[in-house]
This record gives sequence, structure tokens and C-alpha cells, in this order.
Amino acid sequence: MRKLLFQSLVQMSLTEPAPPADDAALREVGDALAKAARRRLGRSLSIREVDAGSCNGCELEIHALGNAYYDLERFGLRFVASPRHADVLMVTGPVTKNMRMALERTWNATPNPKWVVAVGDCARDGGCFAGSYAVVGGVSAVVPVDLHIPGCPPPPLEMLRGLLALLEAIAKA
Amino acid sequence: MAGLTEFLRKGDIASSHRPFPRTAATVEMWNETIAALASGQWQLLGLWGEPDRVHMALRDEADEAIAVMTLDCPSRRYPSVGLHHPPALRLERSVRDLFGLEPIGLPDQRGWLDHGNWDIRHPLAARPDATPIDKAYAFLPIEGDGLHQIPVGPVHAGIIEPGHFRFTANGETVVRLEQRLGYVHKGIEGLMAGANLDAAGKLAARTSGDSTVAYGFAFARAVEAALGVEAPPRARHLRALMAELERIANHLGDFGAICNDASFALIQAHCAVLREKVLRTAHASFGHRLMRDRIVPGGVTTDIGSDGITAIRALLADIRAHFPDLVELYDNTASLQDRTVTTGTVKAHLVRQYAPGGYVGRAGGRAFDVRRNLAYAPYDKLDFDVPVLDTGDVNARVWIRIREIEQSLAMIAQLLDSLPQGALRIDLPVAHELCESMALVEGFRGDILVWLRLDAGNRVARCHLRDPSWFQWPLLEAAIEDNIVADFPLCNKSFNCSYSGHDL
Repeated sequence: MRKLLFQSLVQMSLTEPAPPADDAALREVGDALAKAARRRLGRSLSIREVDAGSCNGCELEIHALGNAYYDLERFGLRFVASPRHADVLMVTGPVTKNMRMALERTWNATPNPKWVVAVGDCARDGGCFAGSYAVVGGVSAVVPVDLHIPGCPPPPLEMLRGLLALLEAIAKA
Repeated sequence: MAGLTEFLRKGDIASSHRPFPRTAATVEMWNETIAALASGQWQLLGLWGEPDRVHMALRDEADEAIAVMTLDCPSRRYPSVGLHHPPALRLERSVRDLFGLEPIGLPDQRGWLDHGNWDIRHPLAARPDATPIDKAYAFLPIEGDGLHQIPVGPVHAGIIEPGHFRFTANGETVVRLEQRLGYVHKGIEGLMAGANLDAAGKLAARTSGDSTVAYGFAFARAVEAALGVEAPPRARHLRALMAELERIANHLGDFGAICNDASFALIQAHCAVLREKVLRTAHASFGHRLMRDRIVPGGVTTDIGSDGITAIRALLADIRAHFPDLVELYDNTASLQDRTVTTGTVKAHLVRQYAPGGYVGRAGGRAFDVRRNLAYAPYDKLDFDVPVLDTGDVNARVWIRIREIEQSLAMIAQLLDSLPQGALRIDLPVAHELCESMALVEGFRGDILVWLRLDAGNRVARCHLRDPSWFQWPLLEAAIEDNIVADFPLCNKSFNCSYSGHDL
């Protein structure tokens, strides 16, 4: 273990420079932010992830945000275990009818001010699952959505750009 | 009782089912089969429905035979398999939810996938019922002093899929875990009915995101078997290349996450870096980090260039240089071993009964890997071992993953050395009449089964996708018994069952 730790100390950092915030996402979230909220939150956001019916592909890439290359926490963004501690809900999947109530309850448990980021193509409109007897549709059919990050699944870098846009919009109050 | 192959001849063998035989059984044959499953002579590989019949996929290990047995149920009832052979319980509850077929004698009357939210009942039956089932769900009753319950989910604390776990504990010790799944049921099999091959393939590749390659592979093989064609040699190699990259990425993720659940974050940090390198190489070589939609019926959509081959060779060298240090660290850290050794043991008799695939089976003495047992192309030409251990604990499931990463690295090197030139894809013939098939492909989690019926014109009439998790989830309930609550994440991660693949 000592050898591994020592190597990590002397080797160059794997963490890559921050990507520019996504312009389209900036415009999208700009409207959603109230000035009071910006003052209160500064440059730090707590995120609660909710899988509302995804295939798990989006979760894999959200996980990757925590690895040494993307290092999400350096931006003041971190995942929390409870919606009661969260400012942002990152929601994936077409919302299934069996997850609808759980998503509503999670949203209700999240204190104001709060934002919802819908992640992935299914989260926009149900994707290839739209029209099924078991699917409600996109996330916005159940809770209000402030930002959408497209992709199947969106690569971590795209998610980072979207989240940075959210952060920037909040900080620019 | 006779071997499976001989037994099947008693029924009507369907002429259009490839490559495994399918027999239309009599009720007597169905009951004899239940007895053979209950006695352990045969293994259950799957059980699924259609509006007016049920099918079972069976394996006879002694005979090394696999077959499908079908029972017509014009009265919409059939003798329950789960009554005598518990691995069929949840499958039969699901068939009842979706098709309204009643397993006579099934001890559990509760819905499984249907939570009463669909607005209809029996959505895949010929005539769905307009009244949904009751939303109330009765968990198993608890009796005894000093017991308390801990409900968890469906929204979990981590970044994982949704499901509900109901723990009953006595102090720190779990005396029972009852799972409730179905939250991410998307109705994939319903959407597939009537879909063209393109749309159905996309749905198959979105059944379980971590196994998108394996599902695409299995669906493509099923279509090709039904139409009686094979993908070109270069495509077969590229498919296996992607499948092994997917296996390595998932095993690396699991190895790190298991250690992290024992609060040993260092291995997790290094595994996450290696996993990211695999995904970046996949993107550089095949144009998508998870290699989704690259395998299609008839071949593959993406070729690999010399840059891609160089990138994969560099990846192999990188993992070979760094992975052994992590393995050594795992093996030599007493505090970590203390958490994984003898934790979450799956007993040998349950492994025999449930016949789980993947590392859950192979960590408990079940030497079954369809890359070896069915040796589909190109695995028939590759030199590899199937690691098997017999302790059945978290530690054994970790070691199976470690050994499989090593095997997959060696397989990828062989695939690159022998990559044939030629076409990537063939044009599929159009079926003139109904044709059926079944395919099994080894995903990182175990064997994925796809059963398919194509209409004339290549439309999907019915497609059933059976995730390996169906026979693994119930064993997690058994494995956590008598362990402490705090070890559940560790046990759960060592199984890493799919929610989406199971709920479908």
C-alpha cells in the first residue's frame, strides 16, 4: 500500500481542466434562477440522484463524474444520500408508473430553492420507452425540470458542462 | 428418468425453432419436468409466457442439452413449477402479472412486477383487464421477540437503481431480507411486440445499461439463429472484443465498489481510473463509451481501425501493469479480508437449486459459462479458463472477478492477433414464415437468454429477455441471513444484480 500511495504522490494529477460551461444549458437554467437563491447557495450545490426508471446506463456515467479524471467535488458539487440535504435532483430514465410516487415524494422532500436536472434522452420524453403501458413519459411529466442533459447516456464531460452551467448561473447573481 | 433430449421426443418438436429444440408438452410431460427440476436432475434457465401458453427453458447438465418446453393453456391455467421448484416463483408471479395465466398451486398470490399502477391488468394478455390490481402489498409476516424492521428504498442512498429491501433484524443481525422489485418495469417486452428489428434491437440494448453489449449480442444471435444466418468472421471477432471490454469495465467497477463498501477507498479510486481508461478506449475504438448499438443483427455497425487496435493494446499493457498491485493490496489487507471472507455465503445446495450464472454461480462451485459450455463463435477458437471457487462468500465473488479480468485481457490479445479481414455485416434475409429461436450469451453478470419469434417480414412477434439476475436476487436474500446489517452493502455489491434487466 505504501508503494501505491507514494506513486500517487509523485505522479502527475490525472484530473483534467474544467470544460467550459455549456452555453445552451446556461440559457436554459438562467430563467430558472431566482436572485435570492443565488445569494444563499454561493458556488456549492448538493445533488441527489434519482433513477426513475433508467436502464442504469446514465447511472454508470454519473458515477464516473467522481473518478480522478472529472473529480466533480473540486467544483463544490457533491452527491448526498438524502433529498433533504439536496439542492439539485438529477433524475434519469423514462419515469415508470411504478416510480412515479417515489419521484414525487423525493421532490417534495427536497427543500426550496431546488432545481431538477433531467439526464439522458429517456428523461426528456421517455425515449424509446415512450408509449408503454408502464411508462409515464419524461421527467417533466411528473416534476418541473430546469435543465436537460441529452445523450444515451450523456458522457461525463457533457454532464459536467451542464452542471457547471447551472453553477455559473447561480453564482452570477 | 431419461435424458432431456430423449424426453423431448415424447412431445411435438417444433420445426421452426433453432438451434435448441422446442417441444409442445402434454400436462403429464410438464409435471414430469417439474419433478426433474425439483429433484435437481435438470436446471431451470427461464420461464415466460404468451397470451395462451407458457414456456420453460431447461438444461440437462449430464446430457449437456438445452431445450424449450411449451405448455398450451387454453383454460389460462397451468400446473405451478414454483410450488415444487422455488426458483420459478418470481417468474410465475410475473407471468401472471403480464398475461393473466394462473399457476395452479402457486403459494404466493401477490403481484411481482405489477404494483397496481399500470391502469390496466395483464397488459400482455390477448384482452387486458381494465381494472388494476390492488396497490397494497403484504410483506411476509414477522413473529418473535426483539425483532425490528428496516425498510430501504426504492430510492437508495447511493447512485444506484431503485428497489425495496425490507430487513428484519434482531439487534445487528439480519434474520430475514425480503426484496420487492419491479419499480423500473418499462414494459420492454410489450414494446417489442410488433416492432421491426431496428427498434427491437435498440430496446434490447437498453434492457440493462451495464450489459448493453451483451444484450445486443444476445438479441443479434437470436435473430440470426431464427433466420438461419451467421454474422461474418470479422464481426464475430469484434463482438467478442466489445463483450470482453464490457466485462473488464464492469468487473473493475465492482471490485472497486466492493472494497469501497468495506470503507477501503484506495482500491476504488484506482479501479475507477482503470475503468475510465477502458471506457475511453472503447470510445476511441468503437465510437461509444459503453459501445451501445454497435452490435446489430447481421453483424456490427462499427469497424476498428489501426488506431483503435493500438489503443486497445496500450490499454491491455496499462491494466497488466497496474492491476496486479491492486490485487496484491486486496489480498494483503487484513482489515479488508476481515470484511469479505466468510461474509454473505451462498450455500452449495442453493447454488445447485437456483443454478445462478456468472460470478454468483462460479464462486459457489457451479462451472457454467456459456462461452465455454455452448462455445459460440468466436469463443470456440479462444484459449481461456473458467475460474471456479467453492466457498460462495463475498471474497470468492471478488476473486472470480479478478480472475475473469485476467482471462478477458488474454482473450482480447488473442482476438486482436487473429482479427480476420472482411465484411462487417450481412444483409438479413426476410422470413417468409414464422420462425423461432433462442440464444444465450455470457454477459459480465452471467448468461443472458433471449427467446424470439419472428413473423414473416421480420417483425418481432414475441421476444423474451431473461436477465441472469432472476436466479441471483433470491440468493442474495439467503446470503445476508445471519450477517450484520452493516455488511449488506458489501453482500449486495458482490452480487451486483440488475434491477432494470430484471424488471424489464
